Amino acid sequence: MLTSLFPNVDWEKMWDATYETLYMTTISTVITFILGLVIGILLFLSSPNQLWANKIVNFLTGSIVNIFRSIPFIVLIILLIPFTKFLLGTIRGADAALPALIIGAAPFYARMVLIALREIDKGVIEAARSMGAKTSTIIWKVLIPESLPALISGITVTAVALVGYTAMAGIIGAGGLGNLAFLDGFQRNRTDVTLMATILILIVVFIIQFIGDMITIKTDKR
Amino acid sequence: MINIQNITKKYKTASGELTAVKEVNLSINKGEIFGIIGYSGAGKSTMIRLLNGLEKPTSGTVTVNNQEFSSIKGQKLRDARQKVSMIFQHFNLLWSRTVAENIAFPLEIAGVPKVKREARVKELITLVGLEGREKAYPSQLSGGQKQRVGIARALANNPEVLLCDEATSALDPETTDAILDLLVDINERLGLTIVLITHEMHVIRKICHRVAVMEAGEIVERGEVLQVFQAPQAAITKKFVSQITDTKETQETVAQIKANYPNGQLVKLIFVGEKTEQPVISHFVKQFDVEVSIVHGNISQTKNGAYGTLIVQIDGLEANVAAALSYLNTVEVQTEVIANAN
Repeated sequence: MLTSLFPNVDWEKMWDATYETLYMTTISTVITFILGLVIGILLFLSSPNQLWANKIVNFLTGSIVNIFRSIPFIVLIILLIPFTKFLLGTIRGADAALPALIIGAAPFYARMVLIALREIDKGVIEAARSMGAKTSTIIWKVLIPESLPALISGITVTAVALVGYTAMAGIIGAGGLGNLAFLDGFQRNRTDVTLMATILILIVVFIIQFIGDMITIKTDKR
Repeated sequence: MINIQNITKKYKTASGELTAVKEVNLSINKGEIFGIIGYSGAGKSTMIRLLNGLEKPTSGTVTVNNQEFSSIKGQKLRDARQKVSMIFQHFNLLWSRTVAENIAFPLEIAGVPKVKREARVKELITLVGLEGREKAYPSQLSGGQKQRVGIARALANNPEVLLCDEATSALDPETTDAILDLLVDINERLGLTIVLITHEMHVIRKICHRVAVMEAGEIVERGEVLQVFQAPQAAITKKFVSQITDTKETQETVAQIKANYPNGQLVKLIFVGEKTEQPVISHFVKQFDVEVSIVHGNISQTKNGAYGTLIVQIDGLEANVAAALSYLNTVEVQTEVIANAN
């Protein structure tokens, strides 16, 4: 039945593309999570009246985040071509999409981390300081656990955005479902291929959202 | 145990410099429960945070438990803080941790191994009366229970000093009393020095040995609680004392009496300590030919004895009334004529 509804779909190619999309999304989400968390915590701790209050660090980090967050993703990919080429020796393939995906998403996530951390009750941080906690203890045992639900719902939103970014990256040759929809579907005028690619992207997004929501609810003991 | 010398703390704000604490000197003895009372903005919050180095003074020195908190830094300050713990108005528990895990937190900070940690947490849970709630999250506890967790957490590393930052202000009167009883119990059993800040005279009366009254960054009055109750000097202290003695109903009753019985004199008698147990009134009625009607009476227990007030109306011949009043002064009952109805 699937063959009659989607006569032009090459299933093997479709699965390969799905795998590539999942690969790009997973790797970039993991690295974005780590990088965004580090930048977000730096932004938080360097802001006024915080543990590392430092105007210069805060201004520089904040500016970098804002600049990269403001560049449209499709432009960012093009701007990063020389960098990617230097880093990986090629600008084609799933790996080549990763630098752009991460640099595009990490500042976005860093902002979400900052918002999550600002929601933490100041009194709890003060209590930890009054017990003689080091800053590293405060980061690992207070800041991260106390903002975990917000950090997870933030990375869920970011991961969904990254699925969209991988599709855009696909258009300039990174592979994945976006690439397939554009080359095999749009350019060869095979609407069924585009439709199938879209359905698969939607399924990926729904699964990410479902898992994210589940973990958010599970970690929230408030 | 605690020595504060010539402390001043200034903050820079958008509208200029603000002096939160102004040239304060204070010394608190080991094992004492010391209260600092003041309205919000009086500088008491800053004061208590100077005692564990959460705030650094602009000038002066703060020594607590032989550590100069005004100057130590880094690991030395963090180690010193483990012996000067703090509880808070809004409890400040980690919502992501259970009761047992919250109490274990300061032990983790101090690097206590897991097995010892668990044993200590168990002890503390029993000490504050939270058996059976170990696995509950703070969101499942009442305010009083949350403060018990706060107290257990503060006691985890066997501190020498406990700082209480408006620890009962968010609790209802009954829970407040239960928590205050717990603090007294801890003070007596562990010999812990307790410093508390509050805006409620009730708290001072119930558990403090000595009190300091703060206004606009300065200590305007200090002394034994009973003595301050008996003879408040500063206007603000009188206001705080009247929180306990002159309730609004009392004032209304007095006004009513004045209107209904224009004869005689309304007198407020103040009894302190053992005087509260003597039959002063019956002596005085027998000895002098006067009529006495009781308008209002009140006895408050403080840590160093009872403090009672009695408002009576004394009627009779003018000479007899005067003689009666001077008799009261000879038995060391303080008198205060409220209104001369004639």
